[in-house]
Amino acid sequence: MTLQPLGIVVAYLLLALGVGLLAYRVGESGAEDFYLASRTLGTLVLLFTTFATLLSAFTFFGGPNLAYAAGPEWILVMGLMDGVLFAVLWYVIGYRQWLIGRAREYVTLGEMLGDRFASPLLRALVAGVSLLWLFPYVMLQQMGAGEALRGLTGGAVPYWGGAALITVFMIVYVMLAGLRGVAWTDTLQGLFMLSVIWVAVVWVVGAVGGVGAATRGMIAANPDFAALGGGVYTPQFVISSAVTIAFGVTMFPQINQRFFVAKSARVLKRSFALWPVLVLLLFVPAFMLGAWAAGLPIEVPEGANVLSVLLAEYTPTWFASLVIAGAMAAMMSSSDSMLLSGSAYFTRDLYRPLVSPNASERREAWIARVGVAVFATLAFAASLTRPGTLIEVGDTAFSGFALLAPPVMVALYRETTTRDGMIAGVAVPQLLYLLHVLVPATTVRVAGTSVELLARSYGGWDVALAFMLLAGILTVGVSALSTQAFGEDAERFAVRGD
Amino acid sequence: MSRSIRDWLWILAFVVLIAFSVPWFLWGSSTVVAGLPLWLWWHVGWMGVASVVFALFARHGWDRMMGVDPVGGEP
Repeated sequence: MTLQPLGIVVAYLLLALGVGLLAYRVGESGAEDFYLASRTLGTLVLLFTTFATLLSAFTFFGGPNLAYAAGPEWILVMGLMDGVLFAVLWYVIGYRQWLIGRAREYVTLGEMLGDRFASPLLRALVAGVSLLWLFPYVMLQQMGAGEALRGLTGGAVPYWGGAALITVFMIVYVMLAGLRGVAWTDTLQGLFMLSVIWVAVVWVVGAVGGVGAATRGMIAANPDFAALGGGVYTPQFVISSAVTIAFGVTMFPQINQRFFVAKSARVLKRSFALWPVLVLLLFVPAFMLGAWAAGLPIEVPEGANVLSVLLAEYTPTWFASLVIAGAMAAMMSSSDSMLLSGSAYFTRDLYRPLVSPNASERREAWIARVGVAVFATLAFAASLTRPGTLIEVGDTAFSGFALLAPPVMVALYRETTTRDGMIAGVAVPQLLYLLHVLVPATTVRVAGTSVELLARSYGGWDVALAFMLLAGILTVGVSALSTQAFGEDAERFAVRGD
Repeated sequence: MSRSIRDWLWILAFVVLIAFSVPWFLWGSSTVVAGLPLWLWWHVGWMGVASVVFALFARHGWDRMMGVDPVGGEP
């Protein structure tokens, strides 16, 4: 292997950067355009920009890796969580937020809640929690890119090199283009990836002699791969993963901000109906490639991405490079969406209200850009420690975000919700979950039986599910016990005709 | 805000969509049809069904369910 693939990857990333810049020049300047593209995104762009945000290292590399190791059932997890649950939440949370946000011109989730409950503390808390969980997710993209480039070049580019490359591109990109730029490249990326993944399937399946042969090979190598369930795929795992990820996704800053940007209700409706189809078109080929690879005579080194190894083996180098380049560019644009939304949370919900209320727009923009650079660099440093597999790191982040969803849903629909209820419902589950993530599990003996404390899962169920439930109960319960604080205004969340 | 029977039917439809996204009745089955596991074909069909149900909901239930007057779309 030579460094030729690296040239293709860099060229592609530069091209994506060019498109972003072009789109940015079309837009107006100003915060609402930078963060929300002036709330004018149409169906195709909204659909694909939300979709591309899901086109992360988690789905592109983590999913096929899991399918390769444990079987293709991950497709069903993604179908349940992305195709159906997320679509329903798109309506339940997304449409409601769009109605409220449009009437009152909110830009971030924290801003919306802070205004409704007259609480800068709640606003800062929501922003802080979101930034905390955004960190591992940005790190995930860097880990994915590092492994992808290493696999593609046969080790000529080390892991840190790929991670560093994408970090630099992320920072440059987000500094130069706002949401409009990111949304445009997301759309191109999404269409591009959707096409090349199918071309890759045709290529690989053609090389091994058809779909039937590929599946037979997979079953010969791993007899239980065709069976639904088995191995890591227990019903508990399937439901836990799907629920935490679906709820978590709605609270991702970059996805949640998308709920404010649709041009019209019709755009939201169309995206909602097209969603399951898009999920189907992308995930089935991507994960089946990973599963089929299990029956093919290829060597996947520890920590490498099966997709890059598979393509390097079965397709011409230029094509394999193009797919990896496309995947990296997609990861770059999803990271950019994250960093962009993260910087909106940071400047609007933390910096401006808490540090410098009278900062000029110029200064705010400057702070936002420096913040992005620092955040991405720290995530890069952390990604070098390789803290777990892509799926593990991603799952932790998703669960952290998922805990925010119940209080937000309660706030959106129950007029009797109070500030105290919200703060308890957000803060307590987060603290408990952080304890479970950071402190290793210990087994204690109580009255003759051993009880495991601080484990990440109990009986196969993700502990985050219990905390989601707790979050909802605390929000409703504490709201019932407390009275509305001065300045709270449920009217602000009223939608017309309520 | 009281809910009509139509609203409850939509809710029921969503519950069914969610509940059978994973074909639990095929759990453990390794039947292969036309080169792919049967449960994968179920998934393909079910996503299609979901898309159609969502499109119908977007047309007939979307604003009623949220309790708002139809919000203007693009002209």
